Amino acid sequence: MSASLASPAAIEALGLEKSYRNLKALRGVSFTVRQGSVFSLLGPNGAGKSTTVKVLATLARPDAGTARVAGRDVLRDPAEVRRAIGYVSQKTAVDLDATAVENLALQGQLHGLRANVLRQRIEGLLDRFGLAQDARRICRTYSGGMLRRLDVAMGLMHRPQVLFLDEPTTGLDPESRQEMWREIGRLGSDEGLTVLLTTHYLEEADALAERVAIVDQGQVVVEGTPDELKSTLLGDTIRVDLKAAVGADRVEQALGERAAELRDLRLDGASLRARAENGERALPGVLAALDAAGLTVSAASVARPSLDDVYLHYTGRTFASAEGDAR
Amino acid sequence: MSATLQDSVHLVGRRLRPLLRQPVYLAFTLSTPVIWLFLFGQLFRGITVLPGFPSGSYLSFLVPGIVIMTAMLSSGWAGTNYVADMDRGILDRLLVTPTRRVAIVAGDLGTQAITTVVQSLIILGLGLLAGARFPGGVGPAVALLVAAVLVGWSFAALSIAVALLVRRQESIIAIFNFLGLPLSFLSSTLMPAQLMPAWIQAISRFNPISWGVTVGRQLLAPAVAWGTVGSHLLYLLALAAALIALCSAAFGSYQRSA
Repeated sequence: MSASLASPAAIEALGLEKSYRNLKALRGVSFTVRQGSVFSLLGPNGAGKSTTVKVLATLARPDAGTARVAGRDVLRDPAEVRRAIGYVSQKTAVDLDATAVENLALQGQLHGLRANVLRQRIEGLLDRFGLAQDARRICRTYSGGMLRRLDVAMGLMHRPQVLFLDEPTTGLDPESRQEMWREIGRLGSDEGLTVLLTTHYLEEADALAERVAIVDQGQVVVEGTPDELKSTLLGDTIRVDLKAAVGADRVEQALGERAAELRDLRLDGASLRARAENGERALPGVLAALDAAGLTVSAASVARPSLDDVYLHYTGRTFASAEGDAR
Repeated sequence: MSATLQDSVHLVGRRLRPLLRQPVYLAFTLSTPVIWLFLFGQLFRGITVLPGFPSGSYLSFLVPGIVIMTAMLSSGWAGTNYVADMDRGILDRLLVTPTRRVAIVAGDLGTQAITTVVQSLIILGLGLLAGARFPGGVGPAVALLVAAVLVGWSFAALSIAVALLVRRQESIIAIFNFLGLPLSFLSSTLMPAQLMPAWIQAISRFNPISWGVTVGRQLLAPAVAWGTVGSHLLYLLALAAALIALCSAAFGSYQRSA
């Protein structure tokens, strides 16, 4: 930990605010990303993740606040920031009328790479992202997963110090997502590259990021390593699936005084969720009590709190319902 | 400066590549003017007997007009490329590179200049094949190409500005459909100014299409009036400069609203 504090910050955002007409997209976003780490902004659609990335990538001007990327101020020195960053937006920004080679080449040329470097770099990236076979085909013929991989490769063309990945796996099928995760995991250990990853997949942030900032309604609600965030919630999550949906009063009645050992008891149809200081020890009693009351249990589990629980704890909403609100 | 120029050349390459890959697109953009050329060339061939008509061949008279009209009509589409680039996130990706935005606009204007020159030469060639004759020679032909490029730049810049401000394909198509025909008919494209009703003549004098056509018509004159050519090229240059300035202002607005 002391080593990570010693290394310089690749991204520093301080009090970023931005409004679009009557919508306040950012309400004072602040966070710091250590050089060479993968940092994730996690939040539902419309939380302000993409706007934050756009400000950091010099595409949008904040109404208030400052930010430094790769040691340069994004407002005062945007040209230098652009040299240091790669940006992969939510949309797959690939020219469909060009081949993979042409897309990569243009990206490198605009960053001033010389011809021999350009060629080597293109070959290297095509191999690494499994596109070498199709490198000279028009991108219109590519699958969604191939386009996304090319998109990320384009962001890496000039060996940036900081890479912004705005929802890199949204809309990908599970297989392509796994592949992208492996690739992002590799990026993190790459030559000190710093990655800012936005996502609305809890498990993505959990699996890939060294640190996570949960963003909700234009603010960072909490920030830390996934483990730190989860350990702020004491105890374990117990889940019990009943055979059939029942009313909350029947469950409460069944649990009787055992309910006192449990916190955040929630019943969603046939699925019961609660928190307990020691889940393994609480579960048998809960199961016995339910059984005694004639409620048949079909599955039960004890888990360390997930980022979903953390999100619920800090925002008062489940992740799924926040996603629903945004639509 | 040289980096900006190099960037523009790379961006021209990006725009021209699909055209080179499928030259049939260029043929499509030429189909309308070719129909105009031969349909109107035939339909109105008798018009030359009107007293005061400046040429013995309506086809010869029509060719420079069609060159300018085509430059306008085909450059009006430039904005649709921008909307597509914005929708796909490609414009943002360009803006995040160290490329200056003047290079991005210059790339499109360069592309426009090249396609306009190619189209113009094809129309001139087809005209010659069909029997049009241009006693003015090479000098006014070059002036016509310059005029066509300036007209192309003006309308491309306008189209791109609309794209950046409105960001909808439909709006660009509607605006240019709305502008295209009136600008063509209220100009000296099809009819010499002296044979127009007075009110059209008055409008036509301020119509940039007429300015371009006026330059091109010197092809028909055995003695080229270089003063007229020069002054009308200057008008076109001023218009192109103003619309390119508007276009870069629209870029600023696009970035502010990002």
